[in-house]
Order: sequence, then structure tokens, then C-alpha cells
Amino acid sequence: MTPKQFTSLAYDTVDDFLYGVCPNPVTCKNGMVIGGGIIYPEINFTLPAMEATETTLPKAKDIYKEIIEGVLDKALHLHTPGIVVEFETLPQYTEHPEWGIEIFKILRSTMYEYEEKHGLKSVFRMTPNDLREMNRPPIMRSGAYWESMLKIFTETAREGADFLSIESTGGKEINDEAIVNADLRTSIFALGCLGARDMKWLWSNISKIAEETGSIAAGDSACGFANTSMVLAEQGFLPKVYAAVMRAVAAPRALVAIENGAVGPSKDCAYENVYLKAITGTPIALEGKSAACAHFSPIGNIALSVADTWSNESVQQVKLLSGFAPVVSMEQLIYDCRLLNKATEKGHARLMRDLLVESDCYLDPQAYIMKPDVVFEISEEIVKEQSPFLRTLHTAIKALDILDRAVENKELIIDEREENWLEMLREQVEEIPEDEEEFISEMKDELSGKRYLPEEYGI
Amino acid sequence: MDFEVLSAAIQKGKVKDVKSIVNQALEENVPVRDILEQGLIAPMGIVGENFSANKIFVPEMLMSARAMSAGVKIIEPLFSESGIEPIGTVVIGTVKGDLHDIGKNLVAMMMRGAGLTVYDIGIDVPDEKFVEKAEEVHADIVALSALLTTTMPAISDVIKEFERQGVRDKYHIMIGGAPVTQAFADEIHADSYTSDAASAAEYAKEYLTKKKAS
Repeated sequence: MTPKQFTSLAYDTVDDFLYGVCPNPVTCKNGMVIGGGIIYPEINFTLPAMEATETTLPKAKDIYKEIIEGVLDKALHLHTPGIVVEFETLPQYTEHPEWGIEIFKILRSTMYEYEEKHGLKSVFRMTPNDLREMNRPPIMRSGAYWESMLKIFTETAREGADFLSIESTGGKEINDEAIVNADLRTSIFALGCLGARDMKWLWSNISKIAEETGSIAAGDSACGFANTSMVLAEQGFLPKVYAAVMRAVAAPRALVAIENGAVGPSKDCAYENVYLKAITGTPIALEGKSAACAHFSPIGNIALSVADTWSNESVQQVKLLSGFAPVVSMEQLIYDCRLLNKATEKGHARLMRDLLVESDCYLDPQAYIMKPDVVFEISEEIVKEQSPFLRTLHTAIKALDILDRAVENKELIIDEREENWLEMLREQVEEIPEDEEEFISEMKDELSGKRYLPEEYGI
Repeated sequence: MDFEVLSAAIQKGKVKDVKSIVNQALEENVPVRDILEQGLIAPMGIVGENFSANKIFVPEMLMSARAMSAGVKIIEPLFSESGIEPIGTVVIGTVKGDLHDIGKNLVAMMMRGAGLTVYDIGIDVPDEKFVEKAEEVHADIVALSALLTTTMPAISDVIKEFERQGVRDKYHIMIGGAPVTQAFADEIHADSYTSDAASAAEYAKEYLTKKKAS
């Protein structure tokens, strides 16, 4: 497959950059269209505190059956036009793909049953774990873990998974240490050099599976990179301006999936999806206030502003006062989407988007970096280059310029202890040469003997 | 010897300056215990307070911790002749089946910053490896981390392994991680639970100081 190239944005004007609709919507086998005008809820769930072993598999299957029936009943009861169900496997269920496939079949068959009997449309997102990091240093392109991932992707795609997704981890082994040091220079190497190379290889393979099975290569998430930064910034461990820059610099890596066959909707926790949508016009999943069951964020409303599916990230099957948590999440997501779809129907989608944006964007740099006009400004910078490394480097500089400008204009208020960090991050970025080979050589020397194998990334 | 200068160098994370000042202090025959307690550990206490008061971030604290470690490394060979004993030893790891390491790394770094000797045995650690390492290094504390609801039960397995090998009472077992709660700690008979990295380090230091005094 010849990789796609993106040299301009998919939109002529930011006014058209809205939720529920995009220039390149995705049509599923059952006729549901993601990005075709309606925003759909996307539900995800996990087991309560219990071990995931062969012994507990029968119990796990019962729990998953109970969960899927609960959320589908709720969706039916609330007259939902359609839902996306994501099954993000537990590591054990990817490592033993036959267990994951058994659970997949329970979920998928129940969804078919509700569609057939009750007319409830639903589509399935299958998200195996990226187990390659179980080897330390990670083995990225061969071995038992990779084979297990391929097996679960292929079998579930064959058996009716609509979307194939993953939170891939190429470069994470380097980035984990960089994050706690707010070491943007190393993160640019991890994302722009290692991560981008891995994405090309990984998504070429996933797209091939999708093509062979009639499923849809949907997209990835830099969860272990940008979201880890966000969560640590929420806890006061890292500067928010650092987390904001990390969000933007995750975008060029994400774009590699689309260049190599993914068509959306990209993964829910990838807030960098907003840049993807602006550049590629593909639909995106997102999560925010209704994912507080899984993690907190400063972008609860703005994340919804241009989403095409709206997710809860994940919630375990525990009982709350009203009912089980996944059913509670289902109801919350349905009402969020119902309101937005009604606004669209009444011709107020742009107003609704702007309310969602403006209620968050001036309170936190991580929200500011997701403002639609800022998203376009950063996306335009990304498409000026074709090399993922240069895109990543230039995105970092552009993001810092934008945050500096916003602080100077008093459009964005940041804590006193954040102020020095804009300058400190810029100093780090300015040390990076524009020549990728030179940068790789520098980083190879610095990271020698550390936790990654250059040959696994083809460098 | 002006401990204020050394303190400032630690707080700013200036490794080279710390090394130079500590070497100079040794040349001037400043007692090793004073260098350690007043020059290295005390300023890290200030750094910890600044972090708790939301004045600085983890990367700044880590810079200080690295500077402190550089100073400690110079005087460490002189500890035994100066009658200095380490505050205590911790073995830390993420339990079997769980690959998350950032939270665990933060705890380890903060414990080191508090002057504890820390052995980080990594992620996805088999139950018996915790026992083996704790026995090998004569640990005081074993710290266990899990981030998933489905790996949290493995914490209990580690505690059972300590019981099975008849060494449970030798160690104080601390647990933590996103899904972990005090109720869970009580249920599996862990000795303590802390909710974040800073409180874990603080608790460990307090526990070990009390243990030493008793």
C-alpha cells in the first residue's frame, strides 16, 4: 500500500470543524455512519477487581454477558440511534488470544441479537493490548507477544469486529523516564523517531488485516505518552504547559496511522485526534467529562466539541446506587450525545461547539491547545513537512509559541510555578538539530545501554 | 562550612556544585554525619516541603534528588567509620501481570530523595522475586504497586508468598496504585496503604525512623 500524504487541511474553514460530522465519514456494515452528522455514544467497560486467569474465565464471561446486556438494554430504553461498543482486552486476554476471542464472541453475538430482535444498531471496536513491551527491552516486530496480537486482531476481525484499534507503545520504553523529568527532547525522539517508525510498521499490518477481513482499521492513541503526562499534571506532579505540548507533539505520530491505512474513528483517549480530524477529515472518538469514572482531566467539555463518537474510557462492573457502573456510563453518554444531536438538528451545532470550547479553553493550557483555531494553526504547521520527526519538532515549537502568546495576551492564565517552564521547554527544543540522522545519532549515544533496541525500529 | 550554600545547590539541582562543596567539606574535616544530615538530607526536606506546597514539580524535585545522591555517593564509603547507618531499605516493584511503572518509579525516586536505600525490581515481578530480593538485601519495607483492577489481586498473592516462605513478619508491606484502597489493604492484611508517591515516601521515612528509635 502506498502511504497517503497530507499536505493541507481537510477543511476550508474552522466554522465547519464540528462534532458528529467530518469530510471523510466511515460507513459500517450495518449502515451506521460515523462522522455522517450524528455523534454516537461509545461505551467501554472492564471487570471488577478479580484475576484474569483460565480458572476465572467462566466467571469473567458471565460478567461480560451481564455488562453487555445491561448497556444494550439501557441504549434501547433511551431510544439511541446507535452505539459503539469497545472491547479493550486485558493483557491476559491478548496474551491468551483464545480467551479474548471467547469473550469477544459473547459480546458480539449479544449485539447482533439486539440489532436483529430490537433494531438497536451497534458497532464493535476491538482493541487488543500492545503486549510487545512485555519484553524489556521491547521486541516490536516478532515473537510470541506479536503473534498473539496478530491472532486476536485477525480472528475478531473475521468474526465481526467493525473497528480495529490499539494504544500502541513504540518508544514508550524511553518516554516513561522522560515524562517524569519533563524531558521534552527525549519525548520528541520517542514520539517523532521511534513511535512514528513503529506506527508505520504496525498500522501497515493492521490495515492489511482489515482489508483481508472486511473490517475497518480505525486508529491509535498515544495514551502512554500524552495521557500519562496529563494525568501527572492533574496530580500536580508535572507542569500543565508540558502536558499541553506533549498533547500537540503526539499528533504527528498519530497521523502515521492514517497515512498507512487507518480511516477512523481514531481511539477515544487520543485527544490528539482533534489535529488528525483537521488534517485528514476522518472521524474521531473522544472522551472527557463522562470519562471521569476512569480518570480526571481539565478538558471535560472541550474534548466533546469536535468528537464523532463520545466515550467513557472505561469503567469496571461495580454496583452504584442506580445500577451497575457501565449502565450508568451508558446513560450519561447517551444524554450527552442526545443534546448535541438535537443542537445540530436545530441548526445550533456551531454554537454548541463554541460553548463546549469556551467553557474550558482559558482555564488550562491543555484545553487551550485544543481550541479549534489553535488546532488549525498547529495542524497547518504539521502539514508543512512530510517527515514525522520534523513535524514533531516543529509542532513543539509552534505549541510553545502559541502558549507564550496566549499567556502574554492574558488569554490564558497559568500558575506562577508554570511560568519558567515555557522557557525551560523551549531551551530543550532548541537543542534539537533539524537533521534527523544527527538527532538519532545524538540520542543513540545518550540512551545507549538503556531500555530500547534501535534495530527494532529500523534505526 | 556554610551549609546554606550546599543547601541552595541541592535545591537548585546543581550536581557539579554539590560534588565540589562536599569534597571541600571533607578536606576541611567537617564531620561526615553533619554533611549528610545538615548538608544533604535537610535541604531535600525543604525540597519535599516545596513540592507538597505546590511550589515545584516532580522534575525539579528529581534534579535535587540527583544532586543529593551525587553528594551521598562521595561520603558513603565513610559511613561505617562515622557510625552512620542507613535509615532503611526498601524493595519496590509492580506485581505480576502489570506493566505500569511510572507511579512505582515516582515512589522509588521520592523514597531515595528521603534518604532511603531503594531496590527497584521492576514491573511484572513474580511473587517469589519480591521475597528473594527482600531476603537478599535485608529490606525493612516491601512496596507493591498495581494499576489495574485485574492485577490488584496479585498484591495479595505476594503477601501470601511471604507467608508461605515463613518470612511475612520480617517485613513491613506497603501497597498502592490507582485501584488500591485502604479497605483492600485491610482485607489482604497489608501493613499500610498510601494514596500517592509523596505520601508513600513520607510514610516510609516516618515508619523507619520510629522503627529505629524503638
